Amino acid sequence: MASSGSEGLYTLRHRPPSDKLVDQSFRFLVTALAALVAIILFAIFLVVTLDAREAIAKFGLGFLVNSTWNPSTENFGAFTAIYGTLLTSALALLLAIPLGVGTAIFLTENFIPSRYRTIIGNLVELLAAIPSVVLGLWAIFVLEPVLRPLLQLIHRLLGWIPFFSTMPTGPGVMPAVLILVIMVLPIITAISRDSLNQVPPDLRQAAYGVGATRWTSIFKVLLPAAISGIIGGVMLALGRALGETMAVTMIIGNSNNFTLSWFAPGNTISALLANQFGEADGLQVHALMYAALVLMIITFIVNVLAQWIVKRLSLKYS
Amino acid sequence: MPSPSADLFFRPGLLRNRGNQLLTIISCLCAVIVLIPLFCVIAYVLIKGIAVIRPQMFFELPPAPGMEGGGIANAFLGTIIVTALSCLFSIPVGIGGGIYLAEYGAGNRFSDFIRFGTNVLAGVPSIIAGVFIYGLVVATRLLFGNSYSAVAGGLALAVLMLPTIIKTTDEGLKLVPQELRWGSLGVGASKFVTTMKVVLPSAVAPIATGIVLAIARSAGETAPLIFTALFSPFWPEGIFKPIATMSVLVFNFAIMPYEAQITLAWAASFVLVFMILGMNLVARWISGLAKR
Amino acid sequence: MTFSTHITDVPDEQVAITCEDVTISYGAFEAVKSVFLEVPRGKVTAFIGPSGCGKSTVLRCFNRMNDLIPSFSLKGRIIYEGQDLYAKAVDPVEVRRRIGMVFQRPNPFPKSIYENIAFGARINGYTGDMDELVERSLRRAAVWDECKDKLQESGYSLSGGQQQRLCIARTIATQPDVILMDEPCSALDPISTLKVEETMHELKKDFTIVIVTHNMQQAVRVSDMTAFYNAVAVEGGTGKVGYLVEFDETANIFNNPRQQATQEYVSGRFG
Repeated sequence: MASSGSEGLYTLRHRPPSDKLVDQSFRFLVTALAALVAIILFAIFLVVTLDAREAIAKFGLGFLVNSTWNPSTENFGAFTAIYGTLLTSALALLLAIPLGVGTAIFLTENFIPSRYRTIIGNLVELLAAIPSVVLGLWAIFVLEPVLRPLLQLIHRLLGWIPFFSTMPTGPGVMPAVLILVIMVLPIITAISRDSLNQVPPDLRQAAYGVGATRWTSIFKVLLPAAISGIIGGVMLALGRALGETMAVTMIIGNSNNFTLSWFAPGNTISALLANQFGEADGLQVHALMYAALVLMIITFIVNVLAQWIVKRLSLKYS
Repeated sequence: MPSPSADLFFRPGLLRNRGNQLLTIISCLCAVIVLIPLFCVIAYVLIKGIAVIRPQMFFELPPAPGMEGGGIANAFLGTIIVTALSCLFSIPVGIGGGIYLAEYGAGNRFSDFIRFGTNVLAGVPSIIAGVFIYGLVVATRLLFGNSYSAVAGGLALAVLMLPTIIKTTDEGLKLVPQELRWGSLGVGASKFVTTMKVVLPSAVAPIATGIVLAIARSAGETAPLIFTALFSPFWPEGIFKPIATMSVLVFNFAIMPYEAQITLAWAASFVLVFMILGMNLVARWISGLAKR
Repeated sequence: MTFSTHITDVPDEQVAITCEDVTISYGAFEAVKSVFLEVPRGKVTAFIGPSGCGKSTVLRCFNRMNDLIPSFSLKGRIIYEGQDLYAKAVDPVEVRRRIGMVFQRPNPFPKSIYENIAFGARINGYTGDMDELVERSLRRAAVWDECKDKLQESGYSLSGGQQQRLCIARTIATQPDVILMDEPCSALDPISTLKVEETMHELKKDFTIVIVTHNMQQAVRVSDMTAFYNAVAVEGGTGKVGYLVEFDETANIFNNPRQQATQEYVSGRFG
């Protein structure tokens, strides 16, 4: 030891056992807390599956294609709700993707000064912060009444198409789709904007350098380079739309009668759960748990697929 | 015949220039269409809310069906209680899990698995969180024989907040330069001291931002609460009893045929939006502080 | 290839750290191979060599900083105070309390200047007068005059060179036995470099110092002993592996090297 006079002043040259114990316990604690995520995830599957067991045994896979939901005869099938879930999400994305990506392009190009673009970007993100129950309230009292004449016009003109075959009179699938569009737009816009912003400027300069116009370079260079992020955002939005409950429940009409028409009341799995769980008992609870399990599996697949796509595509462009 | 350089002049009639202009207009239209609902929702909620809100609403209970007046005091209190409970459950777990991922789990299989699990949990629909807690603690009366309760509601919200908090902690800690950890370890600090005294304090701003945003998100959540915290027309009776929240109040009252209830639904929406926008501003302010 | 390593003939109590056939790998990739070395006590030892020769890697093994890299593994023995530092029972935290380190880039804690010094001392259980220790450490690191009026301000309020001297002060405040310096001046301007070098001259009275530098003039100016590392291509593989070419008194390395490679390097013919 280089024995300098002050050496004795350092009393902790050797770590006391308590110090090591704290270090070890902390490591153990945070590992356990991290493991809790896996445990919760596992528990969710377990609880829902166990509670759905009776309904699975009784209805089997027929549950997925049976469109009756009758608590008095205890005959349950989730087809209407599953169809409604998939239909509303698909239609919402169909409308939201072009709008969202178009807005993202608007926000990353220099059409207007960047100060205003930042403000608009922040505003769009604020839209994501509005609680879905408030959007539902707004949909009931503002969106649906305002929209009804327009939908009625479409019905009169195109009523021969099965999708528009009923007279819109209030809550229904279409208003639910539109409120979903409003809910997923901020996700798609924000993530697409971030992905476009991350494309290196050299790429655009290279495109301009060979004489490409603004929009040629957007379509041929910028969008392909940002595609992994955009698809990731779309998948995230899809997951959100599939599981979205409140706004949809409040405006979709909650009808378990299957119809092809988009203007008639319909149902989604989460709306079914929100509406019936409170008052259900016996087999109905198990049937609802079965429906919840179906919803979980669908969103699980979408989310895993989203993560996989982002990983695959980002490798390609990194 | 123009001089050769005239060939470089911009010709608006050219097909590609027409196409470019059209696409530019379309993209502007997209932005406008996206902004319209935003303005409509916020403007409508604010106008409607300001028109109906009265200070007494924060001190009165909701009226019985068919009666006039009343307030949202119990729901306001309930939202604060349930959100606080959810923070109590999710913040320690989330920060701890995030610390594991960023500080202890570098490159190992288990942390990859936990990261994947966090992403999956983030994608779990909010209503499923409610169903899960219903099946786990409400139906089984796990919490000292109580069924619907504020604690159950808090747990359901915590399930939703957890992945956000883990992710922000993980990402916030990763922003801390590696040299800082070396510096602390280099003077003989243990990993625990390094993490708690040096690394975590350096990442407070991004973590706090993420947590505030997670709280804002959960304060407006309804789906996980409708069959965990349920609702109550009375004052909160303790954390093991059903409790009113503003979001569930909006849902329940929106479809009632009574004017007084619908008025209260608008008032509660106004308060919720106001609170949540406020928290978003706070989050912005915190992350702005960090940048300085 | 030959590893003609010269081990200086010093008595054992004069040796601070001994490397015995040390080979360091990251995963399957060998970074440094078969190093034999005896770092003398109470002197300044410089590690020089071209980039990728493993000089920093060896240095960071002396206080087990490489433990932070998951794929790291080490064969051979590094002996300090008669103890193999990589023996199972050894606690890296205890090692670092005796063997301090100054890093390539200044890395003060995001705390006040005072706290930057006090942090390490407190961890080492310092029981003396903290104010006095802070002043003494800052004085010895030649940064007291710049700091004395703003001890409560953030360490980031200092310039790069001052920050690096603050980091040196932080290290000497824990009164370690050996101080490792990993290219401490590579991020600094010439004037700051000069000041840090002056600090080193001051410090070698009390500490054993090992410094990695890519600046040969610096090695000449500050060190008593110099170890020259070189890198050779791995036969039949990709990448390079580092090895210790020669270790001797600094004057000999620069004026009268035994090895051809050393001669070429110090005369600036490669690297």
